[in-house]
Amino acid sequence: MDEVMNVVIVGHVDHGKSTIIGRLLADTDSLPEGKLQMVKDNCKRNSKPFEYAFLLDALKDEQSQGITIDTARCFFKTDKRRYILIDAPGHIEFLKNMVTGASRADAALMVIDAHEGVEENTRRHSYFLSMLGIKQIAVMVNKMDLVGFKQEVFEEIKETYTAFLSKIGVEAKAFIPVSGYCGDNIANTSENMPWFHGGTVLSQLDAFESTPLPDQLPFRMPVQGVYKFTAFGDSRRIIAGTVESGKLNVGDKITFWPSGKQTTVKSIEVWNAPAKDTISAGEASGFTMTEQIYIRRGEVACRSDETPPHTGVRFRANIFWLGRERFQKDKHYFLKCGTAKVDMTLESVERVVNASNLSIVQRQYVEKNEVAECILRLDYPIAFDGNDVVASMGRFVVVDEYELAGGGIITEPLSEYNYDTRNIRWSGGSVNKMQRRELMGHDGLVVWMTGLSGAGKTTIAQEVERRLVSMGISSFIIDGDILRNGLNEDLGFSEEDRVENIRRTAHVASLMKDAGMVTLVSLISPYEKSREAARKVAKGSFMEVYVKADIETCKKRDPKKLYQKAQEGSIKNFTGIDSPYEAPQNPDVLLDTELWSEEECVETLLDSILGRINFTGTRK
Amino acid sequence: MDHLDVLEQKSVHILREAYASFGNLCMLWSIGKDSTVLLWLARKAFFGHVPFPLVHIDTHYKIPEMIEYRDRLAMEYKLYMVYGENADAIREKRTFPDGNVSRVDCCRLLKTEALKNTLSGEWPRYRLNLDTGKYELDTNTAAYTGVIVGARSDEEGSRSKERYFSPRDKNNDWNVDDQPPEFWNQFKTDFAPNTHIRIHPLLDWTELNIWEYIQRENIPTVSLYYNHGDGKRYRSLGCAPCTAPICSESKNVQDIIEELRSGALAGIAERSGREQDKEDGGGLETLRRDGYM
Repeated sequence: MDEVMNVVIVGHVDHGKSTIIGRLLADTDSLPEGKLQMVKDNCKRNSKPFEYAFLLDALKDEQSQGITIDTARCFFKTDKRRYILIDAPGHIEFLKNMVTGASRADAALMVIDAHEGVEENTRRHSYFLSMLGIKQIAVMVNKMDLVGFKQEVFEEIKETYTAFLSKIGVEAKAFIPVSGYCGDNIANTSENMPWFHGGTVLSQLDAFESTPLPDQLPFRMPVQGVYKFTAFGDSRRIIAGTVESGKLNVGDKITFWPSGKQTTVKSIEVWNAPAKDTISAGEASGFTMTEQIYIRRGEVACRSDETPPHTGVRFRANIFWLGRERFQKDKHYFLKCGTAKVDMTLESVERVVNASNLSIVQRQYVEKNEVAECILRLDYPIAFDGNDVVASMGRFVVVDEYELAGGGIITEPLSEYNYDTRNIRWSGGSVNKMQRRELMGHDGLVVWMTGLSGAGKTTIAQEVERRLVSMGISSFIIDGDILRNGLNEDLGFSEEDRVENIRRTAHVASLMKDAGMVTLVSLISPYEKSREAARKVAKGSFMEVYVKADIETCKKRDPKKLYQKAQEGSIKNFTGIDSPYEAPQNPDVLLDTELWSEEECVETLLDSILGRINFTGTRK
Repeated sequence: MDHLDVLEQKSVHILREAYASFGNLCMLWSIGKDSTVLLWLARKAFFGHVPFPLVHIDTHYKIPEMIEYRDRLAMEYKLYMVYGENADAIREKRTFPDGNVSRVDCCRLLKTEALKNTLSGEWPRYRLNLDTGKYELDTNTAAYTGVIVGARSDEEGSRSKERYFSPRDKNNDWNVDDQPPEFWNQFKTDFAPNTHIRIHPLLDWTELNIWEYIQRENIPTVSLYYNHGDGKRYRSLGCAPCTAPICSESKNVQDIIEELRSGALAGIAERSGREQDKEDGGGLETLRRDGYM
């Protein structure tokens, strides 16, 4: 009885999904009494007849519009298991909500209006269900009361829809004629349709199978983080993540992809749970390693004795696009796959598919709510699997600016060298990032250190640079003061001049980064907008470091005696005194120089940099 | 894995995603059963540590035992414990118990406004000094960009629409009509300046799951949840003037689990003892859109 199954209800707008759920809840006695009464009272107050659909449309404005705008979840149970029913909206405008609801489901119920038949979103939703990986679909032909409970109507819809499903490689588990309004074949067998012997919606729900945990597949664990919490004398360094598939034991040899680094599992870590030496699919876990190798979030831990994942920067994929802006070439996106997040561009659109009638269009962009086959190109390699190994490890999402705008499935890894670099890089250089990495032994990176004067930016930067260089990593500090004596000597300290100062510095830093240097920029850079602009210039190879110290502390430190001068009035527009400092809202790295020692700050920053530059330790 | 394991693992995954994605992350702790389970899950996720501040909004009308329990656990778990408040409204007696505003307006002032300004860092935050056991002005005044909250989708209507990662604009507003998609365990972790993300690791948990987990993990809870012989207990905790106990004989966690499984409370909404809900048309969404938890 403790088994839980998530089921999504989809279908065209107004085909009666919410009514069917309302019925299911009422007929299985799953409603809190207060809720039913509350909705009935509300209806009475607003002088409209009670409808089962209102139970779900709990938000006021939804009831006034009469359509479900978002996925609502409700809970009920049968003798077999507990269910979470996800009501997905049928309106095209809310396709992203349908996707959200459906992706959480083990199975889907498709509702088709007997009176209207198979409609645009019936087909579109089916297509999306298949892309999302939902294998179990049952079809409810609803509103049978409106067509006189006639078998011919049911059979005709069944035939039409089965034909469509076969084109997209989906087979429905069952077709059931129902009436949500009257309650036929929902929880109770219909007396109006004696010709049907296929059971009720409720019995079909119980016939669905729970999605098994893929613990027989190769072990995959995307790394969520490397934890080293030193509080209370804890010295463990724990690789944390959720096991996507397979099993891992203490003593197993593991390889992290895409870096290819190898080590052995030393221990499985748990808190307030019995000690264990094996973890398997579905577990959010952590382990320690016998060697302290540098691993970063985004890598995938795999067993060295099992099939390795693909690694690469270029592949063919089926994508669906939900973004407001179209998906297009010559634009920067992020791709998120597992826990990896990398810069991505659309190389080409092979074909755009109309998900509601399967017609094909040839053009080089993808509009909202369309499905397309594309070739995508990443700035850095990721590890992924094909559909035939671990299906979930080949699924990714695309981030446009701040929005999660699309999803996709990798269908084929492609060779990087087929790729024509001339179209992408404005410099026209024929040396690409990968070749540059081989030459240098690492990637370039802009490390943008912002903070008040006296916070400790330069001190930390100098020590980090020294250590990087001693490890064989090309590194260089761009100091704001030095630029001001040369390139930026025409600039003062007004807001306008400061913005220009930062803009120029950002471009210089980005060029040095492109040349393969770890470029440390030590600059007060008080404005959030300017720092964001600098991040864009560096096209993602950018790390914002907030060197934090309270203004009072900085005044006390005052290494250059600048605060003293500013307070005396002999320097104007001094940040923190008579010019504002906008502290970073979400820096990539936060170094609190009041709480941490210089050594702790240096180590933290060093760790963060090494996690970002794909340092191989060998130079060509 | 049983159903509690499945819920636990998903919540831990979400907490770790939040920790990886936000530089200035905090967790709201209302002292109630849900957010206390959330605190416990954080210790699971980070192997005994809680690597972000716990934030409590003190209305000064909380039942005194709640504050004692908060500080006791904070000291024991060595938490970065922070509280915020609407000092002006309390001083000027603009509260429901003072008889000057409605229940909903009181919630808005003492909770929503206090929360908004505490999260943004515009109003003072007070941090528990673990050496002295006293609260001091917190020197960290940066806005929190990720806020972990213990909302569950079965609590009431509007919460069933929540995402695991739910964006709020600079006024803390929740745009229910235009929420981002969320699928394949990928969450919205990118956000524009001056906005923040609410993170809901307990979205899939039910009231029964919470109690089952409290029992399994032996999590300490406030005694207000139990009947001490007068046939009454609190099912949901809030401010003393607006929270009423329910009739129940449950004296311990096991009793509550049996009570919930038996369906004895099925006819009564979990928040039925919370008077402000009724004033807000039963849906709570007016308060929630403005940032109420």
